[in-house]
Amino acid sequence: MVKKALALLLAAGMAFATVGCGGSAPAEEAAPAETPAAEASAGIPKEDIKVGFLYVGPIGDEGYSYAHNQGRLQLEEELGVETVYVENVPESADCEKVIRDLIDQGCNVIYATSFGHGEWAYNVAQEFPDVYFGHGTGYLQGDNFSNYMGRVYEARYLAGIAAGMKSAEGKIGYVAAMPIPEVIRGLNAFTLGVRSVNPEATVEVKWTNSWYDPTMEKAAAVELLNNGCDVIAQHCDSTGPQIAAQEKGVFAVGYNAPTYNAAPNAYLTAPLFHWGEFYVSDVQSIIDGTWQSQSYWTGLATGMVSLDELSANCAEGTAEAVDAARQQIIDGSLFVFTGPLKDNTGAERVAEGVQMTDAEMLSMDWLVEGVIGTVG
Amino acid sequence: MIKVVKKNEASALQANLLRIGSCLAALLAAAMLMSLLGYNPLVVYSEIFKGATGTLYRFQETVNKAIPLVILSLGISVSERMKFSNIGAEGQFYVGALAATFLAFNLPENIPAVVMLPLMMTAAVVAGGLWCLFPAMLKVRFGTSETLVTLMMNYIAIKWVSYLQYGPWKDPKAYGFPKMPKFTENEIIPKVLGIHAGWIIALVLVVLVYLLISKSKLGYEISVLGENEQTAKYVGMNTTKILLIAVLISGGLCGAAGMIQSSAIEKSLTDSMSGGLGFTAIITAWLARLSAPAILVVSFLFAMLLQGSSYLQTALQIPAAAAELLQGIILFFVLASEFFTQYKFVVKKSSKGKGAAV
Repeated sequence: MVKKALALLLAAGMAFATVGCGGSAPAEEAAPAETPAAEASAGIPKEDIKVGFLYVGPIGDEGYSYAHNQGRLQLEEELGVETVYVENVPESADCEKVIRDLIDQGCNVIYATSFGHGEWAYNVAQEFPDVYFGHGTGYLQGDNFSNYMGRVYEARYLAGIAAGMKSAEGKIGYVAAMPIPEVIRGLNAFTLGVRSVNPEATVEVKWTNSWYDPTMEKAAAVELLNNGCDVIAQHCDSTGPQIAAQEKGVFAVGYNAPTYNAAPNAYLTAPLFHWGEFYVSDVQSIIDGTWQSQSYWTGLATGMVSLDELSANCAEGTAEAVDAARQQIIDGSLFVFTGPLKDNTGAERVAEGVQMTDAEMLSMDWLVEGVIGTVG
Repeated sequence: MIKVVKKNEASALQANLLRIGSCLAALLAAAMLMSLLGYNPLVVYSEIFKGATGTLYRFQETVNKAIPLVILSLGISVSERMKFSNIGAEGQFYVGALAATFLAFNLPENIPAVVMLPLMMTAAVVAGGLWCLFPAMLKVRFGTSETLVTLMMNYIAIKWVSYLQYGPWKDPKAYGFPKMPKFTENEIIPKVLGIHAGWIIALVLVVLVYLLISKSKLGYEISVLGENEQTAKYVGMNTTKILLIAVLISGGLCGAAGMIQSSAIEKSLTDSMSGGLGFTAIITAWLARLSAPAILVVSFLFAMLLQGSSYLQTALQIPAAAAELLQGIILFFVLASEFFTQYKFVVKKSSKGKGAAV
């Protein structure tokens, strides 16, 4: 009996242990579906709109899901529409169920915010032609299905400048989630930013294969720090890497949300998303009846992304260097992925003077020179 | 001093009163928590009920959740009948799904569903059964604890799925995202009356397991073995053979649940698709006192709680954690009642004088 009771207890405990599952992701292949799908809709009156959000993590992650939730709150405040959200939505069949639940409860606009939600959302969208869908960081598109993303690689380039100027050793660590094009693109842009001010510096990458896993993210950062890195950057949703940096007395670049308070002695800055920019304009177009299926991908210029305020931990002169680069990116005189670019095996990937196209950036699967590590 | 003492046999009436009482106590305790969090408990409970059965769609979702619970609980009940603690339902679920997926990915696409699905099911049953047979053999040969071995083998199974998902079986068209390709139409269990045909399989299995345990010679032997191994040996039963056959059935059922979940719901295989169902099913099997018809009822009620509280999250915007807390409280009380049907607390007066008590 004791054995049974024990086993039962153990089992009950396990049943409630949650599976860490994570958060953000890429955008993809805008090219093929883009044009003809656009079909103006009749629209929905403001008071009848109910928007459902799917978050891959908890809204208290101080990262990706938090940033989307800020966008949701902005949407409520500016347009006064009704919204609901579901946290911890896995990138599996459960996602499809959550969307059906939301529609069953009267949602007529759905935003699925994580890359792995895409296919599930797309399947449901085809069944419900009157519901408007948006998929954050994805690539799929249909009559009632848009995808949206920020050109956060621009902000990552700026963050790279701050990190490159701070790193005395020229060794920077990068905790990355999934080896998908969005994450690779961000890592590459960051590295290019680092090397624009610190040409010999390297960026060592560790993959966690999860969007949100505070323990694993911190552990990966500790490993990088033990390898001698003196600045840690991240593409994952917890503040674990920043806390690890603070504990080691070195510095960190965050992601998604301003998290200075999580590690005030380590925090330099962070590339930020302002998802509300998209949510407000997208829902407004539904109200106006001008909604069109699109691949929304804007950056610093529209305010969709930005670099957080530089902390006092940043090296002297960082503000000037970052401001100059930001200005050049906005006015178009600096394009992050301009040749000559080599990958980290030494092979030339982009020829001198050539700029990568959106389609190429959206399917990026190689690491630029200066990154230590492999894809996956 | 308070001591825990085994009770005299509680009558069926007493036991049932105790269970009903604990359910009410659970609802009361959960209601207090809800009030503290600022929600009206009556609204919360009625929303849970509405969320689980309020529309045809929600009812179908509840059934979807109940199907794997029923089959897994049946599997667990068979081995628990002979006091073999199968904590490995989760792992058997995954290896079953894994075996089915292996066939799905490797057999030609033009095999019709009527051939493909039974093949996948057979592979899943065999794989699940073998996964459970191994700890049983260790127990027979070396006297190892099946509780620990079956538990540990869960993680081996899940890690195998993770390895394949992040490595060799990763969908090359997913832009590096770690997921496996989708099954094709012939590998997906069709819907009957709006719900995937797994519900028919579950109902048939309830009847079969009931017949096996209550009406067959093997079922009788399993029960005798569970009551007292010495008796079973004394009357000349081949206890090893009975044990091995029963665990094959137990693991096989869990494997079947995995195949159904991967084919009908996930339409692929992922390392997170169970969501702990294999562990939840241990609870439902016990609450049903290992009886097949009761498993059907308890699993459905439990599925209502799961579906209802996921509805709650969006309907009242209660955080996911609070909805889980609610489930936890209800479970805690209901499980505790099982304890009190068999044990009681007695206050014992100290027999020694004052001087001795320091």
